[in-house]
Amino acid sequence: MKLTEKQIEVLEILENNSARIPVEDIAKMAQLTVAETETLLDKLVEMKVLVRFNSVIDWSKVDGHEGVTAMIDVKVAPKRGVGFDEVAQRIYRFKEVRSVYLMSGAYDLSVIIEGHSMNEVARFVSEKLSTLDSVLSTTTHFILKKYKHDGTIFEQNEDDKRIVVSP
Amino acid sequence: MKETKSYLSKTVEELKPSGIRRFFDLAAGMEGVISLGVGEPDFITPWSVREAAILSLEQGYTSYTANAGLMDLREEIAIYMQKSFGVSYSPQSEIVVTVGASQALDISLRAILDSGDEVIVVEPSFVSYVPLVTLAGGVPVQVQTLKENGFKILPEQLENAITSRTKAIILCSPNNPTGTMLSGDELNAIAKIAERYDLLVLSDEIYAELAYDDEYTSFAAIREMKKRTILISGFSKGFAMTGWRLGFICAPEEISQAMLKIHQYAMMCAPTMAQFAALEALKTGRSDVEDMKKSYKRRRNYFVQSLNELGLTCHMPGGAFYAFPSIESTGLSSEEFAEKLLLEEKVAVVPGNIFGESGEGHVRCSYATSMELLQEAIKRISHFVKQNPKA
Repeated sequence: MKLTEKQIEVLEILENNSARIPVEDIAKMAQLTVAETETLLDKLVEMKVLVRFNSVIDWSKVDGHEGVTAMIDVKVAPKRGVGFDEVAQRIYRFKEVRSVYLMSGAYDLSVIIEGHSMNEVARFVSEKLSTLDSVLSTTTHFILKKYKHDGTIFEQNEDDKRIVVSP
Repeated sequence: MKETKSYLSKTVEELKPSGIRRFFDLAAGMEGVISLGVGEPDFITPWSVREAAILSLEQGYTSYTANAGLMDLREEIAIYMQKSFGVSYSPQSEIVVTVGASQALDISLRAILDSGDEVIVVEPSFVSYVPLVTLAGGVPVQVQTLKENGFKILPEQLENAITSRTKAIILCSPNNPTGTMLSGDELNAIAKIAERYDLLVLSDEIYAELAYDDEYTSFAAIREMKKRTILISGFSKGFAMTGWRLGFICAPEEISQAMLKIHQYAMMCAPTMAQFAALEALKTGRSDVEDMKKSYKRRRNYFVQSLNELGLTCHMPGGAFYAFPSIESTGLSSEEFAEKLLLEEKVAVVPGNIFGESGEGHVRCSYATSMELLQEAIKRISHFVKQNPKA
């Protein structure tokens, strides 16, 4: 679908700024009125282009919420008529599953799972995922450390090095 | 021995120290200051560019380059100037790579001025123009632009300042500190005067990449103007490379070669690793520049509208990353405003009078700061304005 210049502008502002940014400020940045901005945001939501206003959280810093993330390469047998979509749906409906992508290359689906412990993830893979009819094999990779996620560097140690006043 | 001070050159002794210095000293010791006083991007040089410089060091490119700069770099500059601004210069004879646009300015003035030659400086202006003209033996003639005209120079103002000793005009568009950008038509009017009085134009185009609303016109792209133009530019602002100190000059061969003479005796060449970085910036950095530009534009829109809502009236600057609001509504002088704002609210801005008398009644705020800090700065300025109603 074709979006207007202002719609794209507002989407880029949302993508590059904190989820806490007030509508008034978005309006100023995009040179729109607040009412125009609200209508435009509603429209983008309705079009399902703007899917969610998200925050990036580094849970690994929070005691008791560290959790584990695993990326699982899944080989599946596609089904006539529905291809990969049916099995993908069966997988993404589990709430443990954070993301599912259809991939080119050595395997078919890339599944990202979050759990409280390695055990929990292991159990999910062996009991839920590998037992699905169309799933041929799984290879599980646990994430050891997140450096950068969705464009955000977690341990950003790059404070402003500029001198306070300069010509 | 005589008193040490008596050894100093009279010219240098009479040179006023930059007013920026005082604010720097004032702000430097304070904690928790939000600085809108910085004349440089908040972006760090894109990694691909930094990485290219590191690679050049690893490969051992640590010696001098040709005086005018690496040929590869000059060739890329020629392509860049042609593609981006529609001006064509010969990499062999018309481009000199310099240590920042500041050195470019210095050697340009030294190459053209004899003692007593006058140079018109359009005010408010970057702090270096007047002292550099003086150091080159010239006489700066300041022409003051007005807030009512959006800080644009009018042709008749320019004409009134011209004498038989006038040799050149220094233009800076988009402007530091006002952010004002001149349109093609406005430049055309200046071009006619340059033609009529046979003047050179030093066009400081360091902010050319940062034009937000209208297409940028290089002075050299105006008909018949290339032969009169000394085009000064560099990588500092658009490419976020201030600390690399890399600029360049494009000028007619005779002028370029004269500047090169000064450059080879006084500087040898620009730093080699910075030249490699600049080469990479031109080859692959375009999309980074576009992203940064978009980000500045959005922050400009937010910041300028917010200032206006606070009664600090401000024209919408067409380029650079400065807002130049009027602070008349507070009844304070620009130095009082800047000092009080810093001490009471910990927001650093630069008083407008530092950029020339016509800057009085204004302050320069750089919006090259994160959106979160700009939002906080607006909160603090709003508080300040309420605490300081006009007496």
